[in-house]
Amino acid sequence: MTVLYIGLAGIAGALARYGLSVAMNPQQVSSLPWGTLLCNLAGCLTLGFLAYLPGLKRYPSLRAALTTGFVGAFTTFSTLSWELVSMLQQQLWTIATLYFIVSLWGGIVCVRLGRRFGLNLTAVKRGSEE
Amino acid sequence: MMSNTLGTLLLVSAGGFAGAVARYWIGSRIAERLKTSLPYGTLTVNLAGSFLLGVLWGGGADGRLMALLGSGFMGAFTTFSTLKLESEALLRQGESRTAWLYMGLSYTLGLLLAYAGYILSLTYIKL
Repeated sequence: MTVLYIGLAGIAGALARYGLSVAMNPQQVSSLPWGTLLCNLAGCLTLGFLAYLPGLKRYPSLRAALTTGFVGAFTTFSTLSWELVSMLQQQLWTIATLYFIVSLWGGIVCVRLGRRFGLNLTAVKRGSEE
Repeated sequence: MMSNTLGTLLLVSAGGFAGAVARYWIGSRIAERLKTSLPYGTLTVNLAGSFLLGVLWGGGADGRLMALLGSGFMGAFTTFSTLKLESEALLRQGESRTAWLYMGLSYTLGLLLAYAGYILSLTYIKL
């Protein structure tokens, strides 16, 4: 059953990413692909939060659907690779470097922020229950 | 126009379903067999997906094929968030060499394979 939930959540993730890409990505890679970048960074924030939220471990199917299914499909690596290749092919060095660095470090920072938020929220909740 | 948009959304959905399920299956199979700190499962799907997306672009896939296999399947099959989650955990656990090896391999090979797929299908494949 978990596989089915992952697939269904994957549909939602793919559709949300597609919508944001159509709305925000430029036609040419001459400027930053804001749609892809937003999906990838917001996805890291969400995954950091969900993966370290202790309460969610009690619901393994829901957890797999949200993390592996939704966030996994919402973020993408193949499009990022392809966009970087297109930028390099067109010798857009500055934009390629910027996009690479923001993705490389931004992703790590967003996971960290999400994780801290999830852990803090749990600590606050535990505190109020005592 | 309306049915065209709906058709595209259905293609993205079908690809998204299959891509997410395939990533889960392939990723967990590889992770089970190779119990190392370097996450080979995610690495494999990300590299394979980058190569195949390059093939789609080089082969001149039309809008429908791109919606199904590009935005849908490859988009959902590959993942950025898991790569970063795993890298962050490795960095925090003091395995920074593995973390940088993992990210280095992902980006370097991802770009090279996307480009290789593009050039190969530009020359040999007409989609």
